[in-house]
Amino acid sequence: MSDLRDLYQEVILDHNRRPRNFQKLEGANRTAEGYNPLCGDQITVYLRLEDDVVTGVSFQGSGCAISKASASMMTAALKGKTAAEAATLFKAFHAMVTADLGATFDPLELGKLAAFAGVHEFPIRVKCATLPWHTLRAALEGGQETVSTE
Amino acid sequence: MRATHELTLPVPTPGTNVAFDVDRVRKDFPLLRQQVHGKPLVYLDNAATSQKPQVVIDTLTRYYAEENSNVHRGVHFLSERATEAHEAARANVRRFLNAADTREVIFVRGATEGINLVAQSYGRTHIKPGDEIIISWMEHHSNIVPWQMLCEDKGAVLRVIPINDDGEVLLDEYERLLTPRTKFVALVHVSNALGTINPVKQMIEMAHRQRVPVLLDGAQAVAHLPVDVQELDCDFYVFSGHKVLGPTGIGILYGKADFLERMPPYQGGGDMILSVTFEKTRYNTLPYKFEAGTPHIAGVVGLGAAIDYLQGIGLDRIAAYEQGLLAYGTDVLSAIPGLRLIGTARGKAGVLSFVLEGIHAHDIGTVLDQQGVAIRAGHHCAMPVMQRFGVPATARASLAFYNTRGELDALGRAIRKAIELFS
Repeated sequence: MSDLRDLYQEVILDHNRRPRNFQKLEGANRTAEGYNPLCGDQITVYLRLEDDVVTGVSFQGSGCAISKASASMMTAALKGKTAAEAATLFKAFHAMVTADLGATFDPLELGKLAAFAGVHEFPIRVKCATLPWHTLRAALEGGQETVSTE
Repeated sequence: MRATHELTLPVPTPGTNVAFDVDRVRKDFPLLRQQVHGKPLVYLDNAATSQKPQVVIDTLTRYYAEENSNVHRGVHFLSERATEAHEAARANVRRFLNAADTREVIFVRGATEGINLVAQSYGRTHIKPGDEIIISWMEHHSNIVPWQMLCEDKGAVLRVIPINDDGEVLLDEYERLLTPRTKFVALVHVSNALGTINPVKQMIEMAHRQRVPVLLDGAQAVAHLPVDVQELDCDFYVFSGHKVLGPTGIGILYGKADFLERMPPYQGGGDMILSVTFEKTRYNTLPYKFEAGTPHIAGVVGLGAAIDYLQGIGLDRIAAYEQGLLAYGTDVLSAIPGLRLIGTARGKAGVLSFVLEGIHAHDIGTVLDQQGVAIRAGHHCAMPVMQRFGVPATARASLAFYNTRGELDALGRAIRKAIELFS
């Protein structure tokens, strides 16, 4: 099962079992919906942005272990970040899970999110990992439309 | 709530179920010999598409190597040979479905195109504002969306027959939905998401009492049970070649000649005409009226070979063997703690759709794939079925006659590994 453990790292399994910030956020001033029509994953991201700083972030929805853990760990990583820092983090995360060799990012910057590095070996699951982040970006940009991975 | 219909399980003809030699059958399918992620492939995604026996692959090769030419046109030797092969396959399909006449067998791209053809050609000329079209809750999107498009276009109304918790249509509700406003009924013969074999003969009789025509979507039926369109008395029947051991991109629309004669062409072009001037075009006779353009000739002859192969084994024997596999697989899965089968109708074909407590179908699919077990995870293009059972997605193992009990044991072991990983 070594290959599977590349994908389903212990920290990912833990966040799947006990997702953090898994509730509606009181005082949220940004929300966005994400949907993956291929597998039915659905997520709502709640954001409280004050003076361009993420002071609160949470999510609700249903999805596979990868999407749920990705959302959970994303919310944990975002608190206190500026909108620009959040966008940079998304870029680095995206480059890592798609194994985009052209992109440059500092692996240290990703911290615990580096647990998702194994996703690139499972191309069909990349969308599961990035759905929460695409939804976050929509929330940051203030759009109201549902984000789709398709 | 129990559905009230009679059971219509495929029953083998006595004497036909002698020594089904699955090991021998498997040798006919080269793809089954491979390994995936270092494990022997266990292919349980037959409802998505079936594998191809060597004879179908050889037929395609031979067609392109020795017979390739256009049909219904040339006066030369090869064109005659291609035309002959093309029309021989049509005769094969006629026998396969027991249609009354080869004119009633139309080649299309697949079940989806067959349904769209009927919705557009029959529907646009016969459906009027306020008319009602009935489908069931367990339809594949391909038997929902074309009717929705027609309803939107014509101001007609789509009515849906509800199903019970086992995944059986409720016939008393169907009876209530059948009114003088009903102008068409479109039903799935065997559900791809649940495996339910619908009591279609009875449902066709009920519609016909009100003079309402019925289309059956047989995409999941024809490879698994004998189908006789005259005995069913359906007005239209569609299926896809690739789900019945044939190539992709070829499928069948069967229609009663009475209906097809009265329907306008679906697409215009070559082959579907008798004569063309800028003032007036005279359409060709059946079945060519509905076959515009150069057909998928290789696909047609490949499908013919697939049907020959299937009939060589016999649908009765296949159905009986698969019923045994289904019962075995149901036992294997039912013994797994936290597993819930979705689709427990009394009459079922070889579909095992399930959910695991606390594990998403997509994760099950990935873990099983690592064990070499290929299943489908998702909504199976039947999102209303998922909503009905309150699940976002299911994992689905779907059987064919080349599957073995050993493979179902491997499925069970792989599922237990997934439970272990996520516990």
